[in-house]
Amino acid sequence: MSRRSRLVNRPSWVVYALLAAFVLGSALPLYWSFVIGSHTKTEAMEMPPPLLPGGHFLENAGRVFDTIDFWQAMANSVIVSTACAASVVFFSTLAGYSFAKLQFRGSNALMGFVILTMAVPTQLAIVPLFIIITDYGLYDTLLAVALPTLVTAFGVFFMRQFLVDAIPGELIEAARVDGASMLRTFWTVAVPAARPAMAILFLFTFMTVWTEYMWPLVALKDNQTLQVALDELAISGQGQTTDYALVLCGTGLATIPLLVLFIVSGRQLVAGIMQGAVKG
Amino acid sequence: MLFALVGLFPLLYTGYLSVHDWDKLYRERGEFTGLENFEFVLADPIFRKAMVNTFSIFVMSSVPQVVLAVSIAALLDNRLRAATFWRMSVLLPFAVAPAAAALIFGSLFADQSGLINAILREVGLEPIRWHVDRLWSHVAISSMVNWRWTGYNTLIFLAAMQAVPRDLYESAALDGAGRLRQFWSITLPMIRPTMIFVIVTSTIGGLQIFTEPRLFDDSISREGGADHQYMTLALYIYDRGIVDGFYGRASAAAWVLFLVIVGIALLNFALTRYVTRRTS
Repeated sequence: MSRRSRLVNRPSWVVYALLAAFVLGSALPLYWSFVIGSHTKTEAMEMPPPLLPGGHFLENAGRVFDTIDFWQAMANSVIVSTACAASVVFFSTLAGYSFAKLQFRGSNALMGFVILTMAVPTQLAIVPLFIIITDYGLYDTLLAVALPTLVTAFGVFFMRQFLVDAIPGELIEAARVDGASMLRTFWTVAVPAARPAMAILFLFTFMTVWTEYMWPLVALKDNQTLQVALDELAISGQGQTTDYALVLCGTGLATIPLLVLFIVSGRQLVAGIMQGAVKG
Repeated sequence: MLFALVGLFPLLYTGYLSVHDWDKLYRERGEFTGLENFEFVLADPIFRKAMVNTFSIFVMSSVPQVVLAVSIAALLDNRLRAATFWRMSVLLPFAVAPAAAALIFGSLFADQSGLINAILREVGLEPIRWHVDRLWSHVAISSMVNWRWTGYNTLIFLAAMQAVPRDLYESAALDGAGRLRQFWSITLPMIRPTMIFVIVTSTIGGLQIFTEPRLFDDSISREGGADHQYMTLALYIYDRGIVDGFYGRASAAAWVLFLVIVGIALLNFALTRYVTRRTS
C-alpha cells in the first residue's frame, strides 16, 4: 500500500473518535429523557439531577395513562399517518408515472407548477385551511388532519425522478402493442418497477405525518394525535412546576414506535435521504 | 387540478382574507379594507418582536447546522468500517418528533432543575435563565432544531461528496495537497449545488419554526415566553389567527412571512453561488 492511496482511503482512529463523540452527544438528550422518565417526580427535581435510570418508569407510565388518553392518541396517529402515507404513495405513483412516461399537452408546464407548490409551505395557509375545514363541518375529525397531506408535490416529484430512469420506454410500448390498456400497463409495468421508491415514500410520509404538531393542534380539539397529547401532559400541572418525570416518560413512550420503525427500516431511510429526498 | 387546490389556492385565499375586515366574535367577513391589516401588523410591536426572534433563531439554527453537517459528512466520506451503522447513528435524532424534542430540551434547559444549569453550577459558573433571557432562549431553541436536522443534512452532503470523482483527490494528493486543502479546493466547490439546496430548504423550514418555541414556553398561555421573547412569526400567525380569530391580521402576517422566505431564499441562493465560486 503506497502512501498516496493511504492518504485517500484509510481513515485513522481520529475519524472514528470524532464520529463517536458526535453520535454520543446526539444520543444524550434521548438518554436524559429515559433517565428522568424513570424517576419519581421528587427525584427528578433534585439537585444535582440523577444521571442513571431509576426504577419508576412503569409507575410513571401509569400516571401518563391516567392524565391523557394515550392509547386513543396513539391510535389516531397510527390511522392518520398510515392513511396519508398510503394515499401519497398511490397518487404520487400515478401522477409520477404520467409525468415521467406519458406525453400529454402541457405536461412540462404542469410539472413546473407542481415543483413551485413545493416552495409554498402549508404552514402559511393555516388560516384558510382552518376556515375550509370548519365550513365543511370537518373540524375535530381525523379526515381534517389528513386532508392537507393526502397528496404532496414532493411525492409526485420524487416518483417522477425515480420512474424516468427505472422504466425503459420500450417496455411500455411493448405492453401497449400487446394490447394492454393504459391502466393495465401502469399496473403490470410501472408499479413493480416503482416498488423500492414507493417503500421509501411511504416511510417518509408516515414519519412526517407522525411527527407533525401544528396542523393537528389546529384541526383537532378533543381527540388529539400523540404529539399534541404530549403537549397536554406538559401543562397538566395547572401552573405548578412542570412534572418532568411524567412528561419525559410520555415522550419516551411516544418515541418508542418511531424508534422501532427507524431501527427496522433505517437502511432504506438513509438510502432515501441520500437519493436526494427533501424535507417533508 | 389537485395541486392548484392544495398549493396555490390557500395562498391566494390568504391574500384575499388579508385585505378584508373580520368580525372577531362571529368570524364573519366584513368590508374590503385594502392594506389596513398589513399596516396594523407591521406596526404591531409584538409582530416586530416575532420577526426579530424568527431571524435570530433561524441564523443560530442554520449556520452551525450547515457547518457541522458538512464536517461530519467529510468524516463519513471515508472508507469506514460499518458505514451503514454510522450513517444510521447520525440520523437517530430524526426519529424523535419536534414536539418530543422540545419537551426533552425544555427539561435539559430548565431554569431550576435542568442538567445544563447543574453542570454550569458544578464548574462554578452562574446558571442561565434559559426561559427568561431573550438571547439564551434563542440559543436553547436553536439547539433543538440543530439536534434534529444536522444528521439529516449530513447525509445529503455525504451523497454529494460520494459523487465527487476519487481520482481528483488522488491527483491533488500527488501535487502535495493535504486533507484540509483537498476539502477546501475540491470537495466544497464540487458540492455547491447541494449546498444551495440544503441552505434554501433549511431557510424555508427554519423561518417557519413553530413547535419548538411554542413548547419551550412552559406556561399555559404558550405565546413564546411571558414577554414574547421567543415568539416566532408562525406562532404569531397561530395565536392571532386560530386562537384569537383575527383572520385578516393573521393572513397579512402570513403573507409577510411568505415574502420574507422567498426573499431570504433568493438572497441565500445568490450568496452561496458567489461564495462557493470564489473558493473554487
